Amino acid sequence: MEAKGVQIDLISEDILSAMDTGDKIRLILDGVQMGNVIVLEKGLTPDEEAKLIQTTMTEISAEDFSGIEIESYPDRMARPTWVDRVLGRRTVRNRLTVIGPANKMKTVKRDRDHISTVVYQDDKIPDGQQDGKTT
Amino acid sequence: MGVIDKIKSGFSGWMKKIFKKEAARIGIYGPPNAGKTTLANRLVRDWCGDAMGAVSEVPHETRRAHMKKGVNVQHNGTSLSLDIIDTPGLATKIDFHDFMAFGLSEEESKRRAKEATEGVIESIKWLDELDGVILVMDATEDPYTQVNIVVVGNMEARDLPIFIAANKIDLPESAPTKIASAFPQHQVVPISALEGKNIEKLYEAMASKFGG
Ligand SMILES: Nc1nc2c(ncn2[C@@H]2O[C@H](COP(=O)(O)OP(=O)(O)OP(=O)(O)O)[C@@H](O)[C@H]2O)c(=O)[nH]1
Ligand SMILES: [Mg+2]
Repeated sequence: MEAKGVQIDLISEDILSAMDTGDKIRLILDGVQMGNVIVLEKGLTPDEEAKLIQTTMTEISAEDFSGIEIESYPDRMARPTWVDRVLGRRTVRNRLTVIGPANKMKTVKRDRDHISTVVYQDDKIPDGQQDGKTT
Repeated sequence: MGVIDKIKSGFSGWMKKIFKKEAARIGIYGPPNAGKTTLANRLVRDWCGDAMGAVSEVPHETRRAHMKKGVNVQHNGTSLSLDIIDTPGLATKIDFHDFMAFGLSEEESKRRAKEATEGVIESIKWLDELDGVILVMDATEDPYTQVNIVVVGNMEARDLPIFIAANKIDLPESAPTKIASAFPQHQVVPISALEGKNIEKLYEAMASKFGG
């Protein structure tokens, strides 16, 4: 049997900061739907993450794509100043973020400062290793 | 949006809050199966004598948002009028096979999966329309999930009130303290929406978070 690996794309903060939200989401979902795992040096804002989930939902299909597994460390948010409030400025942003196809990736352990994840080469997480949940 | 527009929209948001023209809109959020509808039903029953929606052990039972307007919650002299929105469970993945494991046919499972994806989209859209959130988590589950982080992050970014209901504390394996350590910056109220345990504490939290 031919050895088949999983491609991992590490995206630098510089590239990300030059992209708009729509481009970031396309980059992530195109990669994930090809079976790749994407690592973002600096994560998405909560608003961008919400949009990523929305777009993921529109692209789920029974046969080909069941969604994403996503993990990140949340940033410690600085208390917004009154200027931030008046301008409606959003200061929260996640740190390092990993995104992969839900049928290949499984989180083993996760807390505030430590994430462990297993990526399977084959299309399916072996039986008995799945959460059995849809979250 | 220009700076002036931002100042204007920020200002009108404040004006609304200060003069309380409308009832505050409170969204009940969380992952599938956390007990959102069970809690919404109890809230609405306690304060209006009504019901909100169907409850099921099968995830993604709620696939459309439901709003109950003018729910009057009283606590220690504080009286607040709220519009309560029960939202579909949030998820980053939906696999129709998971529904087949509950005995649904393949066709039913695929339909439920499709509707569930639309439900998630609707929940996220509602985030823009809210004045506050009760984030419901199943205290027997790992609290540290991206869905929970996204809801908390979005409310923090909007500077809107949120607290966490650590549900299902009637179950012996529940661990509400785990939730508190995962989200130390937010109030966690351990409850059983099913049995009504600690529900007064929840009303107290609602009065203090959403009544201010
Ligand atoms: N033991 C226990 N079970 C509960 C409690 N609250 C809800 N449940 C059960 O959990 C399951 C899911 O409850 P729902 O209220 O439908 O959950 P939901 O969050 O609205 O789920 P979706 O609509 O699918 O997102 C049902 O079987 C409920 O009876 C609780 O406090 N204790
Ligand atoms: Mg429900």
